[in-house]
Amino acid sequence: MMLLWVILIPLLGGLLAGLAGRHARWVALAAMLLDGAVAIAAWMQASGEGRWVLSFEREWIPAAGVRLYLAVDGFSFPLVLLTVFLGILSVLVSWKGITERVAFFHFNLLWVLAGTLGVFLALDLLAFFFFWELMVIPMFLLIALWGHEHRSYAAIKFFLFTQASGLLMLVSIVGLYALNGHATGNYTFRYDDLLGNGIAGRAAFWLMLGLFVAFAVKLPAFPFHPWLADAHTEAPTAGSVILAGLLLKTGAYGLVRFVVPLFPQAAADFAPVAMTMGVAGVLYGAMLAFAQTDFKRLVAYTSVSHMGFVLLGVFAWNAQAVQGVLMQMICHGVSTGALFIIAGALQDRMHTRDLEKMGGLWSLTPRLAGFGLLFALASLGLPGLGNFIGEFLVLVGSFQVDRTLTILASLTLAASAVYSLRLVQRAFHGVPRERWQVADLGPREMAVMVVLAAAIVWLGLMPQPVFKMSEDAVERMLDTGRPVEGGGP
Amino acid sequence: MSASDLQALLPLMILGGTALAVMLAAAFHQGHGTAVGVTLAGLVATFASLFRVAPQRVGELLAVDSYALFFFGLIVAVALVVTGFSHGYLSRFHLKPEEYYMLLVLATLGSCILAASTHFASFFLGLELLSVSLYVMIGYVFRRTTSMEAAVKFLILAAASSAFLLFGMALLYAELGSMSFERLADGLQEGVAVRKTAVISGIVLMLTGIGFKLAVVPFHWWTPDIYQGAPAPVGGFVATASKGAMVALLFRFFGDFSAYHGSTVFTVFSVVAVASMTAGNLLALRQGNLKRILAYSSIAHLGYVLVAFLAGGDRAIEAATFYITVYAIATLAAFGLLAALSTRDGEPELLDDFTGLAWQRPWLALVLAATLLSLIGLPLTGGFWGKFLIIAAGVKSGLWVLVVLLALNSALGLYYYLRILIAACQNTGTPSSLPAVGRCGSMLLGVLSLLTLALGVYPAPLLQLVRSLVTAGGP
Repeated sequence: MMLLWVILIPLLGGLLAGLAGRHARWVALAAMLLDGAVAIAAWMQASGEGRWVLSFEREWIPAAGVRLYLAVDGFSFPLVLLTVFLGILSVLVSWKGITERVAFFHFNLLWVLAGTLGVFLALDLLAFFFFWELMVIPMFLLIALWGHEHRSYAAIKFFLFTQASGLLMLVSIVGLYALNGHATGNYTFRYDDLLGNGIAGRAAFWLMLGLFVAFAVKLPAFPFHPWLADAHTEAPTAGSVILAGLLLKTGAYGLVRFVVPLFPQAAADFAPVAMTMGVAGVLYGAMLAFAQTDFKRLVAYTSVSHMGFVLLGVFAWNAQAVQGVLMQMICHGVSTGALFIIAGALQDRMHTRDLEKMGGLWSLTPRLAGFGLLFALASLGLPGLGNFIGEFLVLVGSFQVDRTLTILASLTLAASAVYSLRLVQRAFHGVPRERWQVADLGPREMAVMVVLAAAIVWLGLMPQPVFKMSEDAVERMLDTGRPVEGGGP
Repeated sequence: MSASDLQALLPLMILGGTALAVMLAAAFHQGHGTAVGVTLAGLVATFASLFRVAPQRVGELLAVDSYALFFFGLIVAVALVVTGFSHGYLSRFHLKPEEYYMLLVLATLGSCILAASTHFASFFLGLELLSVSLYVMIGYVFRRTTSMEAAVKFLILAAASSAFLLFGMALLYAELGSMSFERLADGLQEGVAVRKTAVISGIVLMLTGIGFKLAVVPFHWWTPDIYQGAPAPVGGFVATASKGAMVALLFRFFGDFSAYHGSTVFTVFSVVAVASMTAGNLLALRQGNLKRILAYSSIAHLGYVLVAFLAGGDRAIEAATFYITVYAIATLAAFGLLAALSTRDGEPELLDDFTGLAWQRPWLALVLAATLLSLIGLPLTGGFWGKFLIIAAGVKSGLWVLVVLLALNSALGLYYYLRILIAACQNTGTPSSLPAVGRCGSMLLGVLSLLTLALGVYPAPLLQLVRSLVTAGGP
């Protein structure tokens, strides 16, 4: 029941915020704090044996065999926490930046978060799809209503990409349901019952591909990334934080949770292609990031690069790689979220995101610039900060599977240093190119930044708790996701 | 005819009586209010009588089984909503609106007969009753040239398609010697299996008539003009009740379509379905007129329904019925919105008219959003489950190609629905030029949107109803 509340609180809080007028901010903040408390309390209480630490199951639409089946394990719980954490920060960073339709803004914000939480928790495939789609509309509205100059274009592009791929996923899910039901006589969408389905050969490949494409678009993997830069750039700050920090993670989560365990053999056969796509994304994203002059666009392309690692790690499918993927997801959420908040802070003050017009901000806004440097360093994978752990583990894991690709992927460590430092140098160093009169971070912004900085440092120095929490779950998923009898690459 | 037969025909008789009553009321007590009152009373009485009918066959012409009763309920509910919207709409014109309501009731009666018919005679009777009423209703606002043009177009094309339909019926009768669906069924399947020319051409000619009413490619040419020209409430009726009745008939005539899998007829229907989905969505992409977008998208939607029909099996009829129901709710809301926002000079049908709606009239924008999202088929709206059921039915029968095409087509469909939403989201900063919505209109719109959302969260009751009435007591 607690798990249901984790999703219901933001949904109800969103409705309440939508009606609360100018108090919407406080309502949203309270809802997210409460949600975090409930999630943590639920986890503490749980003493579940077996696959799930905590689960909740009810009939939803008996006639169609759909159940409301929520469950959490050590792999999804950190992501739930990340969602709540970034959710709270998103409310805080919109405190001053959003002035129009405040109530409706927070309604959308909380509903995106609810959808995301649903994605991480739902384990009935159709319920999963329901939440997956639920994220899209409020996100679309966040971009379309509160975005920057080219918001309509970006919002439509975002919607078309995710929706078109989502429909393929729906066909795959229903196909899996029908084929599995036909073979076993048990027509169900339950994840646990669908694991170990006997579907093989071409059918498995096509079903796997349908799911893969949907997740790869969200991730986004090269060549499905074109929506990302526009959406991230045009979204309001909170929207960018949620897009980069959470929505991309749902794609990664889907790959780990569904694609490989449900179709082990097909995924193993497909692994070389997927890993190549991952490496292509890593390098291509870094290259594109280097060429950007728009602060947010640059950060957006670094996401393509970082998410390439995730794809590489998922299809390497061993303990180090998958642990690394989880770590990379969390740290990327924190560090990129922070960079988008900095970009938003600059935009609020200077009304531009153009790096060519910035420069010399260090002397004007030392605190802002200092945090900018910290998170740029995190993004380039400096040891001691969280991202390093994630990327390193992914590389270690995939090295055992494919050396050439891993070596190619590690080239990006140099490239990411170049684009990150270029970002810092252009924005903060040198002489101011224009006479800016900008204020440094205020107390509210400082608080947000300090929390984020503490998180990334803690994850970098003490990653063990995360590994410990997810160890069991990862081990189980690795087992189910291994193809039987010497197949695979 | 026994007493129980008469009782089974009660809904139809009340409808017929209502038409008479509206006419008589116009003779003795003229006035818009009276006509609407009598119509509403009659429709409500019809709806109530549905619960008192024990499903049974009535002679050879009609089957008032639970399947028919479900569609009676749907059609009468649509007629009720259309009456509600028509009241506000027609009161803006200096017209004598009494006849309009009589025609509406007759069109409802025709649709109900279609849904219950099991014989060529009742099929044709219902079809003509529906069509003839629609000729006049479409052209009712005759001072508007588009309305007149639409009426004439519909008249000519509908008459021509009826002729094809009759010819098809004649061929089948000549070949198989019966006009009753039940007795035709075996002959049809056999004839198709051995590729008897007369049978196949008969079916294809009948498809012309059926396809015209469903507005599927290549019989769709009338749709955009009629949707655009007809008064918005009539457009809503054409899009929902008349199509719903035809879908009901389609299932009754062919029965379980899996018997035809692999035959020429199956190929013909598949081509029609794919062409409808694709052409409808492609043509809608560049439209700037909301009613034309709705028209082209309805072509695509009926293409989706055909996919469910083609799937056959026990899930097909359920999926199609559920889809038609949620589609009817959403489409009525869309046309209702146009009707409620109309003035004497016309309806706000251009995309530009809706620019900035989300900022000026947030509640109306919410109605529009719920409607469009349901037509897209996104979660939290009934349309999602409709699409899911169709895909499930298709996959179950192994129609992978059709299902994947359906998915890709829905993705295509997103674009033009989104254009409307994006236009509504743009902040123009100018106050809205749209008129205020009346109390009745806003109430109906509220109910329709809430229904859409409620079905999106918890579709189980409707699905259960469809299953118990339609699948169990189906043809």
